[in-house]
Amino acid sequence: MDTVVARFEIRCRRFLGPDGVPLGDLPGFARDPAVLVELYRGMVRTRALDQKAVALQRTGRLGTYASSLGQEAVVVGLAAAMRPEDVLLPSFREQGAQLWRGVTMREVLLYWGGDERGSDFAASRHDFPVCVPVGGQAPHAAGVALAFRLRGEPRAAVCVFGDGATSKGDVAEALVFAGVWALPAVFVVNNNQWAISVPRSAQTAAETLAQKAIAAGIAALQVDGNDVVAVRDAVEEALARARTGGGATLIEALTYRLSDHTTADDARRYRDDAEVSRHWREEPLPRLRNYLTSLGAWSREQEEALLEACRAEVEAAEAAYLATPPQDPATMFEHTFAALPADLVRQKAEALGGRT
Amino acid sequence: MTERNLVQAVNAALARAMAEDPSVLVIGEDVGADGGVFRATEGLLARFGKDRVIDTPLAEVGIAGLAVGLAAQGFRPVAEIQFTGFLYATLDQVLNHAARLRTRTRGRLTCPLVIRSPSGGGVRAPEHHSESPEAIFAHVPGLRVVVPSSPARAFGLLLAAIRDPDPVLFLEPTRLYRATREELDDDTPPLPLDRAFVLREGTDATLVAWGGMVPEALAAADALARDGVSCEVIDLATLKPLDEETILASVARTGRLVIVQEAPLTAGYGAEVAARVAERGLMSLRAPIRRVAGWDTVMPLPRLERDYLPNAMRIAAALRETMAFA
Repeated sequence: MDTVVARFEIRCRRFLGPDGVPLGDLPGFARDPAVLVELYRGMVRTRALDQKAVALQRTGRLGTYASSLGQEAVVVGLAAAMRPEDVLLPSFREQGAQLWRGVTMREVLLYWGGDERGSDFAASRHDFPVCVPVGGQAPHAAGVALAFRLRGEPRAAVCVFGDGATSKGDVAEALVFAGVWALPAVFVVNNNQWAISVPRSAQTAAETLAQKAIAAGIAALQVDGNDVVAVRDAVEEALARARTGGGATLIEALTYRLSDHTTADDARRYRDDAEVSRHWREEPLPRLRNYLTSLGAWSREQEEALLEACRAEVEAAEAAYLATPPQDPATMFEHTFAALPADLVRQKAEALGGRT
Repeated sequence: MTERNLVQAVNAALARAMAEDPSVLVIGEDVGADGGVFRATEGLLARFGKDRVIDTPLAEVGIAGLAVGLAAQGFRPVAEIQFTGFLYATLDQVLNHAARLRTRTRGRLTCPLVIRSPSGGGVRAPEHHSESPEAIFAHVPGLRVVVPSSPARAFGLLLAAIRDPDPVLFLEPTRLYRATREELDDDTPPLPLDRAFVLREGTDATLVAWGGMVPEALAAADALARDGVSCEVIDLATLKPLDEETILASVARTGRLVIVQEAPLTAGYGAEVAARVAERGLMSLRAPIRRVAGWDTVMPLPRLERDYLPNAMRIAAALRETMAFA
């Protein structure tokens, strides 16, 4: 005879509907319009940087770039929930979170422009750099979280990856580690529905990505990833639990990749314009703007001033990026090891044509 | 002084490193209560506690990635991968992350970790337990690769590997774990991570070997000595970075070079040694360089292991051919 030995449910959190109308009471932080304005500003800045980066790539002044168009609420919401001493372990679409944590637009452009110094950012120096091998940073988050646990520090690791990454063993193993040791880690899935050309439906037969947490014995939650209030609230709750010994959480943020995968991709090869158009109606910026407007906390003048300020910031960053002198080729050698082994001394001399 | 075999020397080095530096952690499968499947971590749990000797779930990618996260946060994790066949899963973490983090962040984040794994054949172990993967890892920029061949060198090199600010792959020849014992004090100093060891001086031919092949090379040198041929035997020990100067200086004296590796011949680490000597020591050579290696076959199961592994006889034959070259 079979008996039921386990049951689970996955909840989805959402505060603001697509039109910006609240679906119920908002969490405490969201009752202060100034806080919401900051979140809005963070998302607009992110979009402004993305637009500039794509333009720079199209004109041959930046390398391949992964835009976060439409996913700004995920990255800004999670970053806003973090404390400075927490550690962010991003994938490659979290520029908005990096900006929120103090990484400069110039540094982001420098990285995507092909210069390692972009990952030697001046702020938040304990954060990890962009991770291109999908999901590879997830076990690092377990290690960072274990370090906090061992030192008894009330800090947490926040790891972000896409829907495709949830199919990877790296992520599964990281969740297992986070579970058995109740690690102070929060894993956020930026479920933008597409892993390059593979839709979410072809990624896994599981009903939700959040439920992958259940098998690892950690908390699971789905949020509307276009609702920055819901993302921030969910991550804040998970971080509070992590800091107080309550263990790790996997949060699946439902959003949509309105852009191509990267500037090297053409999404029209594999998805319908109609689908994309539909998702433009759900995107995060108007949602929060409409809500702020309904509160009387946002005006057309403020909107124009913000756009102008972002334009000026982006242009200043562009100028600073383009004016950054190239790295000395010697740096290629100097950071391979803490001290140069004899082989690299020779190779460096050869590369530099005798200059040392 | 305590007499120790190689696995006991590894254990002693781990204990000393942990006693000296509270940031040193031992992580891996069965490293705690079980003391490791080869007993390399025996007694460490009792002495240092479960916050420093950490049994992990059975997940090699996770272990390697966990070590990267811990190292970036200032710990010095020493991760055990139980057998070489399971080491390959860590290659992505080692190559894409551990060995690159310093470069990628221009030194902002670093990875002072050690991955230890038993390596090589000769102990009639099950499938996937006997490979010699050093060349695969030696090809990775930013990673050191160390293969000890005696208790004293295992102790000194492991101590140095743990103290090193960069990632180190430390391959322990399984067949030597209990092969010999040496007097070894706990306060023996660490050994440099960029020096080969001349184990036997000679004038007629140079034998370069590492790991489980070192005793075979020494035995071959003994055999040749009975024929009046004097062989110099070098234990490479630190494959990456390679101590080219010691090899070149030896070949300059002897004019003949035989390289011994347990791993398959093609694209093995012996090819790197041969290329270095061809580039910088060709004029010293009085005979073509010879390599004695495992065959380019899959490592066989134990019944054919002896037919696969290079041995003193094959090395001696290669030496005689080299000596016969006019």
